[in-house]
Amino acid sequence: MAHGPAKGIGRWLFTTNHKDIGTLYLWFSFAMFLLGGFFAMVIRAELFEPGMQIVRPEFFNQMTTMHGLVMVFGAIMPAFVGLANWMIPMMIGAPDMALPRMNNLSFWILPFAFALLASTLFMEGGAPNFGWTFYAPLSTTYAPDTVNYFIFGVHIMGASSIMGSINIIATVLNMRAPGMTLMKMPMFVWTWLITAFLLIAVMPVLAGAVTMMLMDINFGTSFFDAAGGGDPVLFQHVFWFFGHPEVYIIILPAFGVISHIIPTFSRKPLFGYSSMVYATASIAFLSFIVWAHHMFMVGMPIGGELYFMYATMLIAIPTAAKVFNWVSTMFRGSLTFETPMLFAIAFVILFTIGGFTGVMVAIAPSDVQYHDSYFVVAHFHYVMVAGAVFSGTAAVYYWLPKWCGRMYDETMAKLQFWISFIGFNITFFPQHFLGLAGMPRRYADYALQFSDWNMVSSIGAFIYGSSQLLFMFIVIRAIRSGKQLSEPKTWEGAEGLEWTVATPAPYHTFTTPPEVK
Amino acid sequence: MSTKPVKKTLVKLLISAVGMFLFALFVMPPLYDVFCEITGVGGKTGDAYQVSDAGVDNSRTVKVQFVATNNGAMPWEFTPKVYEVTVHPGEPTEAVFYAKNRTSRDMVAQAIPNVTPFNAAEYFHKTECFCFNQQPLKAGEDAYLPLVFIVDRDLPRAIKTVTLSYTLFDVTDRVDESLTQLN
Repeated sequence: MAHGPAKGIGRWLFTTNHKDIGTLYLWFSFAMFLLGGFFAMVIRAELFEPGMQIVRPEFFNQMTTMHGLVMVFGAIMPAFVGLANWMIPMMIGAPDMALPRMNNLSFWILPFAFALLASTLFMEGGAPNFGWTFYAPLSTTYAPDTVNYFIFGVHIMGASSIMGSINIIATVLNMRAPGMTLMKMPMFVWTWLITAFLLIAVMPVLAGAVTMMLMDINFGTSFFDAAGGGDPVLFQHVFWFFGHPEVYIIILPAFGVISHIIPTFSRKPLFGYSSMVYATASIAFLSFIVWAHHMFMVGMPIGGELYFMYATMLIAIPTAAKVFNWVSTMFRGSLTFETPMLFAIAFVILFTIGGFTGVMVAIAPSDVQYHDSYFVVAHFHYVMVAGAVFSGTAAVYYWLPKWCGRMYDETMAKLQFWISFIGFNITFFPQHFLGLAGMPRRYADYALQFSDWNMVSSIGAFIYGSSQLLFMFIVIRAIRSGKQLSEPKTWEGAEGLEWTVATPAPYHTFTTPPEVK
Repeated sequence: MSTKPVKKTLVKLLISAVGMFLFALFVMPPLYDVFCEITGVGGKTGDAYQVSDAGVDNSRTVKVQFVATNNGAMPWEFTPKVYEVTVHPGEPTEAVFYAKNRTSRDMVAQAIPNVTPFNAAEYFHKTECFCFNQQPLKAGEDAYLPLVFIVDRDLPRAIKTVTLSYTLFDVTDRVDESLTQLN
């Protein structure tokens, strides 16, 4: 057996071990989650009552922008890369990732990217204030000077994501245990394989978009400047060509996690495995041909509006196939409701609500009403928070016992689930009403008729926010003093290679590949 | 652990990533321009048009409206001299816009044209236009800016009214930059 981890800080700085790097990713993403959450609290505190209370409108704009950027690129994406690092080698019976040194690099450039981004908060001119979608010319002609820090930050996180994806693809394609054919791979591995291809296809496009911004701002080109013959609408096309696959990059690994947890606590194999694989692949393909549904209001010809509307609604079909498969997996199963399962079921219900509102905003003629309103904010928080974040939380509860060989406090975790679930819905459900009543997003103030639901939403946000501190407490307490476990299987219904290794998972696993029948 | 197949995968994926970056930078913007030019989406009009001797279609008339807008805080006075003309397709017509630099500094402007409805854009030709060049005006100076256009005989019959809109951008800084770069 090979040696264990090195001592001291060097273990973390120079590590090439997939479990160490996975841990780093997970802690980093949680730190970013708290930072982005803090920004969200500032937003909700300001919107608690109409009028200007706590921050200036300029700062409010910085908060909405930074909240979006930090949550998407700093919290959710690295969280799932962390899970991939921890779980993929263990799930496919590989000793480590295929390119361990690149793995170290792709993690360690991330803190620098976010240091660049966060440092702009303390600079003259303030942080980026043009929304997380950074539409030109807001992000070029009218941007604060700190936009250059933002651009380099995005370049670095793009490089990190691309390296991480290359690593995942190289691992999955080359290092599976003998006998594990592609169609025998666990769903989490499948969803990540497809996600990694999406990342390699679109992260460079994002890098291209910010590079064009950089040149427009500093080198006198006019990609997005109408005065020089460019077109700001081009920016939106390039951005959403990245941006739409990006939302599936966030949600597909979450689908993978749920496809493990539901069978475990239903004590039945996943219903319709191969249809799950094909549905994932179809969603990934469709994500490339629907981008302009984010831009129904730019003045597209009617043919374009219709095409993007129908193509978008098509995505509901493979997504519904997945939801039905999860429900069918639970049907007549011997269900128990441990915390991961609670989060998984909440995921299925709330994600489906988010999916339905997604179909609503996909309908071009009615999108005229929803566009840039709080309805859209409610929609994407149902899929991003109740989708990706709930799934990530479920994954941590599900695999934490395997990672550290200690059990979390089930009672407290269930309490945390219910506080999250209720807090989340109090926060975001009223935003549907606000949006339908016409409240626009991204403003620091609002008309008086929106006061009541905004106050409710803010109260919900404080509840949901505090439930995340409870989550941190539960996890830290489990790691330090949770009940020790030794059985390989924490959950009796769990299947898969990761549950065949000792608990806690040894520093090196599968140095000799297992045989998969 | 970097075995041969892993390296092969790595190289392929790296090339794809770099390829997508170059695609975004060098293919997407020109592709978008070509797409807009062919379909007229965005209402962009073409460069100077060479008059072809196709004759005038006297059987119908098209109303052409003129709109002048200042972009952002552009302080010039900028209006069409005539707001609307009625023309026969194929007939070269002159229109004049008036611009006055009301500030106390020398400025350079660029007018960007746009045609509505967008499917008229490819049938709206300009043989002469102040928008082909930048327009410098000294402090307090004014000018009449000429434009000669032809509405194509092939303009779909359903279109009875075409709106030509100019947005005036302040490009003084842009010009100064290129001058300092030259010096």
